[in-house]
Amino acid sequence: MEKIYSRTTTIQEDKVSGFCPGCMHSTVIKLIGEVLDEMNLVDKAVCITGIGCCGLHMDYIAYDTITAPHGRATAVATGMKRTSPDSLIFTYQGDGDFASIGLGESISTANRGENITVIFINNGIYGMTGGQMAPTTLLGMKASTAPKGRIAEEHGYPMHMCEILNQLTAPRYLERTSCNTPQNVIKTKNAIKKAFQNQLDGKGFSMVEIVTSCPTNWGLDPLDALDFIEQKMLPEFPLGVIRDR
Amino acid sequence: MARVLMKGCEAIAEAAVRAGCRFFAGYPITPQNEIPEYFARRMPEVGGTFVQGESEVASVNMVYGAASAGTRSMTSSSSPGISLKSEGISYCAAARIPIVYANISRGGPGVGAIQPAQQDYLQATKASGNGGFEMIVLAPSTVQEAVDLTYAAFDYADRDRNPVLILADGVIGTMMEPVELPPMKTDEEIAAIKASKAAWACTGHKLDYANRSWIQPGQWNTQIMQAENEKAAALYASWEKDVQVEEYMVEDAEVIITAYGVSARIAKSAVDICRAAGKKVGLIRPITVHPFPYNSFDKINYDVCKGVLDVEMSIPAQFVHDVRMGVKGRCPIETCLCSGGNIMSREAVLKAVDGILAK
Amino acid sequence: MAMIKVIAERCKSCQYCIRYCPKQVLAVGKNVNSKGYEYVEPVNQEACIACCMCARICPDGAIEVYK
Repeated sequence: MEKIYSRTTTIQEDKVSGFCPGCMHSTVIKLIGEVLDEMNLVDKAVCITGIGCCGLHMDYIAYDTITAPHGRATAVATGMKRTSPDSLIFTYQGDGDFASIGLGESISTANRGENITVIFINNGIYGMTGGQMAPTTLLGMKASTAPKGRIAEEHGYPMHMCEILNQLTAPRYLERTSCNTPQNVIKTKNAIKKAFQNQLDGKGFSMVEIVTSCPTNWGLDPLDALDFIEQKMLPEFPLGVIRDR
Repeated sequence: MARVLMKGCEAIAEAAVRAGCRFFAGYPITPQNEIPEYFARRMPEVGGTFVQGESEVASVNMVYGAASAGTRSMTSSSSPGISLKSEGISYCAAARIPIVYANISRGGPGVGAIQPAQQDYLQATKASGNGGFEMIVLAPSTVQEAVDLTYAAFDYADRDRNPVLILADGVIGTMMEPVELPPMKTDEEIAAIKASKAAWACTGHKLDYANRSWIQPGQWNTQIMQAENEKAAALYASWEKDVQVEEYMVEDAEVIITAYGVSARIAKSAVDICRAAGKKVGLIRPITVHPFPYNSFDKINYDVCKGVLDVEMSIPAQFVHDVRMGVKGRCPIETCLCSGGNIMSREAVLKAVDGILAK
Repeated sequence: MAMIKVIAERCKSCQYCIRYCPKQVLAVGKNVNSKGYEYVEPVNQEACIACCMCARICPDGAIEVYK
């Protein structure tokens, strides 16, 4: 019998990720690894991780990685790509990192059209610090710093990063995907592949926003979190290619 | 070699280019704008990269990225902007990434004043960010010295894998003086420097779980974190050999003036005036303000010395804390201070010297 | 002929694979791994069609598929 699906070589054999059961950070890291494997890019890859749960994969991946200060991953990526243009430079950031504290860096890097790839994990909450409200938290969704739920009058509305970056001229590719079904997992993988290919082709800024679950801080078991993505997250954050030029 | 007339900020930038700096990111703030402006013109000529960041925070992190990929990299700012950079500097120190940055300091606190000051001394030498890291801090008092120290700073940074700070002030940054520039590093030399960092630089490695590059400005494991801090402490302790100081007419002095940067330059001219008038006055001028030349204060003849005069452009005084640790109570310490963008007056220094001599 | 193999140590029992397996090959087992998770096991291996749905949805790369 032939093995037709197995673990990517970019995840170390004897290590298990520190992510919670059902956390889709694990899924995305797996997909990034599969794409690097398939595109034969492992020896060029540098992952710039943000601060938060997105850093929990550092010790079990097999390619180069550096931790940026909270929100600054795209600035670090700018310095790296400009001086090391042959490396494949991608950031891996959560919603607190990319859309809140790093908003200035995120928009400015996209506006300069830096030839990098952003993998942006949107689970609508701060994971590592314990479920505080994120810029992407849904209206009415409870968070440890919004105990009555997000209220528009007080907290504003969920931020749509793909659509915000779509106001800029420079970005080349913006797509929102999810990992809640096998089909969406495949779409996410293809999006990552395309974003990396854009960088290899020197096209400029690409971002894949991935709508994921945080079962622990949503207070749901993993299967209910899948339903929450389908019923609540995706109506607010519709999937699809926002820009491809 | 021919001398050229250059403004301090531009001379610092040119010295960096000649030292092999090929990445600079900065953000406008007075009085250091001539540094990014010079790099913007100069970098394309040498195949380097200049980026105007969207903020000081972004700029320092661009430098963190470029240096982590093995390129000699620099940023600069002035006082309030340096505070913003402290996040990235702390990360570079924790991850042991060699970068050079310059503080062309101005009045403070807060937005302060755009004119020259020396009000960032304690921040520069004791706590340039969270976590208790240390850096070599170089304090030029002439444009020539700014050039030489900037050139050397890149070697210190690479040797130690640690940030190095050029602590200048708005006078040094904005005045013009004739300078002799150091030799331009060749492309081969620059490539060799970059290649020497290949083992740890984040540029991509062949699949190898054990030997990939993993740049970590922190550790999950507290034992490893402590071990990293112990290694860093050992590095900091090794800097005693790197102390640079100017000791001027110290042996018989009845008054020792101590100052750094532009204040020291003004103070030195006061020493010459005093000596011409037969007054026994000397100067101790730290060039490295960290590591601090405490031992120079042991060379004072405390049998004849009536007092040490701390001259600095900071109210309250900051440099005086290190002076106290050098003097160790062996004679009185007086201060001659100005602040908020006012430049030290030589007359005030002379008056303060006379005040001590009259005691 | 198709089959799957669950790497017990990698499984965190999120059960995404169980939901998306079209042939009900998988179920939560009775054993726990070293992390304390009741890992998923194939209980209906002969029904497997090697569609890889389970392996693709698995966040932790805990499933290998053979054909």
